[in-house]
Amino acid sequence: MSQLEPFALGVIDALTALLMMAVNLLPENLAAPFEYRFMQRALLTSVLVGAICGLLSCYVVLKRWSLLGDAISHAVLPGVAVAYLLGWPFFIGAFVTGALTSLGIGAIERHTRIKSDAAMGLMFTAAFALGIVIISKIATSTHLMHILFGNVLGVKTSALLLTLLASLVALLAIWLAYRPLLLYTFDPQQAQALGFNTGAIHYGLIMLLTLTIVASLETVGIILVVAMLITPGATAHLLTDRFTTMLAISVAVGVTSAVVGLMLSVSLDVASGGTIVLVASSLFLVALLAAPRHGLVARHWRRWRLNAQA
Amino acid sequence: MIDPVPALQARRLCAAYHQQTVLEDITLSLPQGQWTAIVGPNGAGKSSLLNLVIGSLAPLRGELRILGKSPASQRRAGNIAYMAQQEHMEWDFPISVRDTVLTGRYGLMRHDPLWQRLVPRHWANPSHRQAVEAALEAVDMADYAARPIGALSGGQKKRVMLARALAQQARILLLDEPLAGVDPPSEALILATLERERSAGRTVIMVTHDMPSARVHADNVLLINRTLVGMGTPDEMLSDAMLARLAVGAPEARHGGTRVAA
Ligand SMILES: Nc1ncnc2c1ncn2[C@@H]1O[C@H](COP(=O)(O)OP(=O)(O)OP(=O)(O)O)[C@@H](O)[C@H]1O
Ligand SMILES: [Mg+2]
Repeated sequence: MSQLEPFALGVIDALTALLMMAVNLLPENLAAPFEYRFMQRALLTSVLVGAICGLLSCYVVLKRWSLLGDAISHAVLPGVAVAYLLGWPFFIGAFVTGALTSLGIGAIERHTRIKSDAAMGLMFTAAFALGIVIISKIATSTHLMHILFGNVLGVKTSALLLTLLASLVALLAIWLAYRPLLLYTFDPQQAQALGFNTGAIHYGLIMLLTLTIVASLETVGIILVVAMLITPGATAHLLTDRFTTMLAISVAVGVTSAVVGLMLSVSLDVASGGTIVLVASSLFLVALLAAPRHGLVARHWRRWRLNAQA
Repeated sequence: MIDPVPALQARRLCAAYHQQTVLEDITLSLPQGQWTAIVGPNGAGKSSLLNLVIGSLAPLRGELRILGKSPASQRRAGNIAYMAQQEHMEWDFPISVRDTVLTGRYGLMRHDPLWQRLVPRHWANPSHRQAVEAALEAVDMADYAARPIGALSGGQKKRVMLARALAQQARILLLDEPLAGVDPPSEALILATLERERSAGRTVIMVTHDMPSARVHADNVLLINRTLVGMGTPDEMLSDAMLARLAVGAPEARHGGTRVAA
């Protein structure tokens, strides 16, 4: 680990330098804040978070896992609290409780007559409540606010490293398991019939989701991360009928909202997590209105033309 | 020509969903290279029998062998192509008809060299591409290849699902009511395609409610109503007497009766 660290820091420096080349193309007043080290870290974190959330959100949207994403992100809170108590890195606690909750949801769903949406609501509110109670005992409310709503300007190098690692893992997993993941998302029964280990794919995808959520904690926070796991994928779904294109558009939407949101929040001096999500929502709105085939304008235009012909 | 290893062999096979038995004491053996029609009333357990083969239902008791090995290993080897009665897939999925059929090849792609699995499919093994185009031709859906899968009618979707099973070029084709909801010209086309598959030495196992086509095309007919009611040639099994026996099997068997044997 100690030998890896200089290497990882080197990678971060290189990525930052690349980003700064792009930033320096911007007008002076936009580029100025990025002279600061913490702003550069914030920018790189945002780009990475936007990218992996964009990737994962395609699976979340197509698999109808929005509520599961919401559940895992809330369930992360007690893990953060316990890790804080024990002095561990917060992401270990977060990952453990997030994963435990998704296992618990699966178990309730399979062994009782409770349906999955109730199982999710039950588990994540309980976990979230536990987290709130622990945190109210040990930390200040600013700290709680940062966990809930993110604090991208205060991202430490260790958190940036985690985000980088999570991005690499997610990217590699999706690339290597592209076909099994696609087939499982599209048609799980066929995946089973073709001899794929659907249990492993299912839990693997949940682990990736948990990892992404943990990696996005500091940027957008627990409450808003689910927006980044739904909006980019939903936007892309409106714009294309091809899965690879959907992945690309979704990543683009995620990165654009993260970067534009960060810049807007700095120049307007408002909360960064909220601004990032608002930018993503605006992009969705534009797609909803203007998408070439599935957009509202196109749909009404087609109907109007049909009526005009008749 | 006939391989001594049966395509499907069941010994005292039982299956249940949550305590409710749906298949009881099934013992049978289907030879390779033949066309078997599985016939029985609604709720008889026909789809459940296929579910045992594809692993979405685990047997309660008894043994099931495919080509002499466990179903799981044959699934992994790519020897079983399956078409479901009702697709549980996402029709809104952003995928074209052609790529949907290509997913039938995903099992076989595991045996490709690693680099081919990591590059876009145009650079990968051309045999997959050829199998997909041939399968689309066989169900007369080649003209729709570029359409999104959600933009098809119900019958067209069925034909694409059949094309996906054909594209796998597996030794065993498991088809759950492939002709239901398909128009007569397409039905004739599909039956002709399946005839070709059989002459190529493949085993066709097909659940059907369509007696006339079973009479003409099948080598064997399997009558199932929770238990195995009978197995034999179409002429023997699709006689009025046997079909009457098949029908009365239902209510008693459902109430836990133990009658009916072949
Ligand atoms: N997922 C399930 N959970 C519980 N019971 C089931 C399930 N699927 C099927 N069954 C029950 O198992 C029995 C057999 O069902 P199966 O689907 O095998 O019938 P089938 O012979 O294919 O009928 P059909 O001709 O209507 O397709 C039925 O009584 C049904 O109620
Ligand atoms: Mg059925």
